[in-house]
Amino acid sequence: MTDRTLIISLCGAALVAILAACTFGSVNLSPARLAAALFGGGEIGDQLVLWEIRLPRALAAFTVGAALGLSGAALQGLLRNPLAEPGILGVSSCAALAATLALFYGLAGASAFVLPIAAVVGALAATLVLAIAAMHTSSMVTLILIGVGLTSFSGALMALLLNLAPNPFTLSDLINWTLGSVANRSVNDMALASPFLVAGLACLVFARRELSALTLGEEAAFGIGVNLRRTRMLVIIGAGLLTGAAVSIAGAIAFVGIVAPHLVRPLVAYDPARTFAPAALLAGVILVFADIGVRIIPTPSELKLGVVAALIGAPAFVWIAMKRRPANG
Amino acid sequence: MAELALDHIGLTVGDAIILDDISVKLTTNEFVAIVGPNGAGKTSLLQCALGLTPPTTGAALINGAPVSSLVPTERARLISYLPQIRPLVWPITVRDVVALGRYAFGASISKPKGADAEAVDKALRDCNLKHLTDRHTDTLSGGELARVHCARSFAAEAPLLIADEPVAALDPKHQFQIMRLIRQFVDNGGGALAVLHNIDLAARFADRFVWLKDGKLVADGAVRETLTPERMKSVFDVDARISFDGAAPAVTLHDAVGGD
Repeated sequence: MTDRTLIISLCGAALVAILAACTFGSVNLSPARLAAALFGGGEIGDQLVLWEIRLPRALAAFTVGAALGLSGAALQGLLRNPLAEPGILGVSSCAALAATLALFYGLAGASAFVLPIAAVVGALAATLVLAIAAMHTSSMVTLILIGVGLTSFSGALMALLLNLAPNPFTLSDLINWTLGSVANRSVNDMALASPFLVAGLACLVFARRELSALTLGEEAAFGIGVNLRRTRMLVIIGAGLLTGAAVSIAGAIAFVGIVAPHLVRPLVAYDPARTFAPAALLAGVILVFADIGVRIIPTPSELKLGVVAALIGAPAFVWIAMKRRPANG
Repeated sequence: MAELALDHIGLTVGDAIILDDISVKLTTNEFVAIVGPNGAGKTSLLQCALGLTPPTTGAALINGAPVSSLVPTERARLISYLPQIRPLVWPITVRDVVALGRYAFGASISKPKGADAEAVDKALRDCNLKHLTDRHTDTLSGGELARVHCARSFAAEAPLLIADEPVAALDPKHQFQIMRLIRQFVDNGGGALAVLHNIDLAARFADRFVWLKDGKLVADGAVRETLTPERMKSVFDVDARISFDGAAPAVTLHDAVGGD
């Protein structure tokens, strides 16, 4: 399969997933009703359900998945480890913590941009710690452990905030950030995150060839003319921006960024640069389907997307870890 | 014509003196072997030459310009680097690895075109890899992988080559294969600087030996002039019988009697 057919089929899958997300729910819209509502006809109720609720939600799930899948693919290329991922490395949870702090101290009221900026700052802080660690150790195990440490620490601070939460409303807000959800997301939420998404995407696109080169190892990559420092900066800032933006839309959702790149890698001859587009698309599709599951599985209170993603993703993480050939620790 | 000049290179890490005032020159049409015991500073010297490790004193100059002042891609077009071979993290294809040798020319890795595609093809042919082009690197033997890395460094078409133990962990046949490839590169107008542990093999293929011990330059000269039993004893602490009688020099080692 060429890269083009792979990308086209994944775009098709994304379309199917988003249409499915618009169809299914507490009220199923028949194809005819869906088409009518899509093209400005049909009942006003259907139109509201489609344009105000289901489509924004599906697009939010897709965007968040794509951002996390792309961050995962880039971080895996940089750290040369198939287990690297914003969730595992603590980037998502630091972003969620920063966003929660902004909410908790009422800063979010100042401007609509405060929340995404806080999430991005949290994500960048975590990627920076990881980057500094990566310069001092070649051991991937050490790096993952640092990520585990970041996750635990931000988790502890989050627990502290929960502990101190003044009222049940704050509490439920905090839980949403930790567990991750795209319920009730509006186009506005995505518009606020979009500058960060675009900037992050640009950073990573500029580091594509360098990530392919890093397959040879850092010494040899240096030898063929790669500017290692520039590459590290681009990937870290790019992944930080994308993850922060994703978290500002949906809270912390782990494991999507690990599964999607892993699945597409054999289809693109393992070239890190070529995993970018398919990994992003596939992660988007996975999250849209996971969110459909969240909405139609009958549970007393709605399942959180992050919980479902982790239920699928965590076993996949273990499986990938067990199959891994330890090339460099 | 290209020239790499290591000009009074010194490297200190903490209190340890790794390299002490070393000056060596490499030009095209010569194959220079760096020899010396473990810990003599051979790999550090290569890294200083490339700019991978900045030296504490002195400088590495390529055609008169300090290596550190060159843009990475500019440097890579003048000097290619073959580090000690390690397995690749992602099992990309042989062709993709070799195409990465064209990185400094801005080549597309998965679809090199024009001059890049020609250089990749030529390197694959020269290193006898045509039949393995589409194989993934995790299915190759050690000898095949070493050839792939050689092809990768040749694809850059740089006039100079720096290699760190290019034949380590290879069987005798593949050691000869790799050494012949480097020799061929030199005979076609390249200049190669390689760290080698197998003195006998180095003596067969190299033109000049640079002897290092404890971070110091002990000797630098033609193989026939500097390779003596006395020097083998003083640098490596082994007894050696050396003969330049046959078609190729031969070095036979003996255990140092009573040595540690």
